Amino acid sequence: MSNKDIEYTTVSKVAGPLMIVDGIKDVAYNEVVKIKTATGEERTGQVLEAFMDKAVVQVFEGTKGLDTDKTSARFIGETMKLGVAKNMLGRVFDGTGNPIDDAPPIIPEERREINGNPINPYSREYPSEFIQTGYSTIDGLNTLVRGQKLPIFSGAGLPHNEMAAQIARQAKVLGKEEKFAVVFCAMGITAEEANLFIRDFENTGALERTVMFLNLADDPSIERIILPRMALTCAEYLAFDLDMQVLVILTDLTNYAEALREIAAAREEVPGRRGYPGYMYTDLATIYERAGRIKGKKGSITQIPMLTMPDDDITHPIPDLTGYITEGQIVLQRGLHKKGIYPPVAVLPCLSRLMDRGIGANRTREDHAGVSNQLYATYAEGCDLRDLVAIVGEDALSDRDRKFLRFADEFEKKFIQQGIHEDRSIVRTLTIGWELLSILPKAELKKIDEKYINKYHPEKIKKE
Amino acid sequence: MVDKRKQGRIIRISGPVIETDGMRGAKMYDVVRVGDENLIGEIIRLDEDKAIIQVYEDTNGLKPGEAVITSGMPLSVELGPGLLTNIYDGIQRPLPAIVKKTGEFINRGVEAPAIDRKKKWHFKPTAKAGDIVRSCDVIGEVEETSIITNRIIVPPNICGKIIKVEKEGEYTVEDDIAVVSTDDGDIKLQMLQRWPVRMPRPVAKKYAPSLPLVTGQRVIDTFFPVAKGGTAAIPGGFGTGKTVMLHQLAKWSDAQVVIYVGCGERGNEMTDVLREFPELEDPKSGEPLMNRTVLIANTSNMPVAARDASVYTGITIAEYYRDMGYDVALMADSTSRLAEAMREISGRLEEMPGEEGYPAYLASRLAEFYERAGRVKLLCSKDKEGSVSVMGAVSPPGGDFSEPVAQNTLRIVKVFWALDADLADRRHFPSINWLKSYSLYLDEIQSWWKKEIGEQWLKLRTKAMVLLQTESELQEIVKLVGPDALPPRERATLESARLLREDFLQQSAFHEIDTFCPGNKQYEMLRIMLKYSDRIMEAIEKNVLVDDIISMKSREHLARMKTVPNKTFEKRFSEMEKELDKEIDDLIKKGGK
Repeated sequence: MSNKDIEYTTVSKVAGPLMIVDGIKDVAYNEVVKIKTATGEERTGQVLEAFMDKAVVQVFEGTKGLDTDKTSARFIGETMKLGVAKNMLGRVFDGTGNPIDDAPPIIPEERREINGNPINPYSREYPSEFIQTGYSTIDGLNTLVRGQKLPIFSGAGLPHNEMAAQIARQAKVLGKEEKFAVVFCAMGITAEEANLFIRDFENTGALERTVMFLNLADDPSIERIILPRMALTCAEYLAFDLDMQVLVILTDLTNYAEALREIAAAREEVPGRRGYPGYMYTDLATIYERAGRIKGKKGSITQIPMLTMPDDDITHPIPDLTGYITEGQIVLQRGLHKKGIYPPVAVLPCLSRLMDRGIGANRTREDHAGVSNQLYATYAEGCDLRDLVAIVGEDALSDRDRKFLRFADEFEKKFIQQGIHEDRSIVRTLTIGWELLSILPKAELKKIDEKYINKYHPEKIKKE
Repeated sequence: MVDKRKQGRIIRISGPVIETDGMRGAKMYDVVRVGDENLIGEIIRLDEDKAIIQVYEDTNGLKPGEAVITSGMPLSVELGPGLLTNIYDGIQRPLPAIVKKTGEFINRGVEAPAIDRKKKWHFKPTAKAGDIVRSCDVIGEVEETSIITNRIIVPPNICGKIIKVEKEGEYTVEDDIAVVSTDDGDIKLQMLQRWPVRMPRPVAKKYAPSLPLVTGQRVIDTFFPVAKGGTAAIPGGFGTGKTVMLHQLAKWSDAQVVIYVGCGERGNEMTDVLREFPELEDPKSGEPLMNRTVLIANTSNMPVAARDASVYTGITIAEYYRDMGYDVALMADSTSRLAEAMREISGRLEEMPGEEGYPAYLASRLAEFYERAGRVKLLCSKDKEGSVSVMGAVSPPGGDFSEPVAQNTLRIVKVFWALDADLADRRHFPSINWLKSYSLYLDEIQSWWKKEIGEQWLKLRTKAMVLLQTESELQEIVKLVGPDALPPRERATLESARLLREDFLQQSAFHEIDTFCPGNKQYEMLRIMLKYSDRIMEAIEKNVLVDDIISMKSREHLARMKTVPNKTFEKRFSEMEKELDKEIDDLIKKGGK
């Protein structure tokens, strides 16, 4: 009799999200376990630690109602897999990969291991195609390119969900008609937020090109561990088998990390910083590094993970480790939000590491790099001067400094600020940039090549 | 060798760590094959007949009861022609060959020889029968790439008389090319050698470094230089430019061979190197930079246990080229990931944790790694030198340098390039903080600068540092009273320091000219900028108005010095200098009216 058919009722211990089954044999590491509770309810688990005669199992739907008497476990002989198919588009799935909209179950074309294998660095194609999100702060200053992973660091109460929805709505690659899909993976968001996304996707017609994976705040937290992996397995199928350009939005990674910590604590592991397990970096990397492009394949996976920084602290382990893996970050700031500026992107700590290759002539516009650097540097100087004004008053400033100060204010109002349905083209973004820079004397525009100043400076354009 | 193969079985699996029994007689750090899929692992603890093994591949689906076989050999790398231009994973499997076998994703248990067995190399003997040879003596040469000649050396620990050397011709790495008669009998030599990664290759003697590793990066070469055979650390939070800095060093350092280890970092960064290096020209030979480079990639999503192996693999390859008499530079990005891998494995072994959960042996492991750097006298019969310089990035959590990895690294390395998030935020790159960084090689290498570039080197450097230090003190006051409230002399100082900061310390890695700045250009830039500082001070003494000085035309030109082409800069610089002198003289004549 194969192991598959044996129902073990030898559960010896249940603690937190974990369960220990004794007297077993031939159990593989990470193997999937089907669990039946005393009342006949079915649950799923996964082997976290395998011994000759016992296994430590993490239970995805929670351990409530499990007992050490009647609960039975069946080891199904394979690791966690997800059935993938083209008609997953337009559908909504729960934390264990079952559809939760009212449509019939999907018929998988293939079943894939959800952990996936790492992409061979030699096979990667370097990301260099500009994705226009319609946000000036992203397109102009922190350009997103296909195959990049660019997280949004937010805080509790900041409008990151609105931003996620807007990006999903507006993101496009210029001048190309290509198959585009969104994989949306929500971990521990509230039902209200989930509805916001579903409604928004329905209203704008985006739903039919979207696959949603939902784990709500009151769903078992442990499912959050496998949810992003399922979403990415689906994304890999769409991108590398069906040649689609896939945008993966993961929200909220903070909930994911909390779940990771919960399991580590239940296993009594040695904790790292702030109680998070020492392997959190590697674990997060196995999610983020699944973004990318592959040589010879048309499709791509671009990731926008969202996370809320606990107490707005960017040095907290979750944003910190994320920043070390991802290719840049977009940071939201409470101060700007309080001023009524949407999106509240705190320009200075933001970064897109792959920007240099995605911009310039033939991609966006030849003056893009210079304008972006100049806007950055000028805004930074303007912000410094604000601190100074707070101490010495504006009258103590020189004329030059007052211009920088004015620039900083206008920059926030005109460049950062935009409407929730305003989809700015990159040319529009650069034009606004130039208008703002014309506040300064031309000699101050040191970061822009003179030939572009002569070509694009509003003064020149007006004369002609 | 006696066959020490042992077979045991798995009794417990926890992530990358497995426990086995029936392993009595197996040796610490022996390589083992694990399970039905033949995964590669290494023994890291022995207890009676139980062995604990870290597995270099994903352990998903592995079952207790599956067999484990030891190879009786420690983890070793293959050394020979064919390493350069290649890219390997942490345990030296060639990634291009793996693509051919398993496609774009790396599957488990895949095997491929590190060095192509079929490729024929053109071997030219340089030794002859009858010669007495020792370790590191050259017996022949192979042109490995257009830049680097692979000197076929006698492996360490072999000493004797050559009986036979093959004729010039085409050979594979496994063909016998020479026979040496030693006390232990005749030994056949091939181009291919093996060496255990955790054991440093022996040398005759370590010298103190005396030559600078010229990197073409102004803030490094002029302010915080590293020596050939030296060690340096680049700690910095994310987004401060560690990787760009290491890429710059890998591109422009005047080492002959470069080993770049991507340890637990992003896949796209390795792709970037792979894409860019074949197109970039080595400033000396004009050949593609890739021809002097070996890449080791263990990206963050690749198995964590192989992270530790990746830096050892890298440094062993570096030592191999050093033993041929080359200057080798190794970049490791990032050593924090190595430390974290140690922490993860240590946690799974349930060892008593030290600071922040890191194992207590963190410091000694880091020291072991950095100590393999150095300028050395080779073992060979002639008096020859080689060097390995090591530059490691450190990624401290939250950008806080007080954490254990950064602190333990700083205790070992001689050069500290502190990357600063504030500077990075305002796009001051490289974001090396000039007040916090240091280099302990200044004394050793100043004679080279004086001799090769300019007599005044150390003086100019010191003067510039004083200026920058003074500026930071003045900035404190400016924060309180505003810049206009300062007296003219201080405002002039601020202006000179600003020129240094913005146009000397800052250097764009992406500008085609500015990306590499030769030593003599650095010297001239600094000299003229400091002259500007002296001359404007002189003008202030003679009552010239500060505002007139700040709006000088020649000041604007000085700011563009870095983009003057490297080949013809002398002429343009002397024009700039004349223009500067003239403008100041005119201002002084006008006398502040």
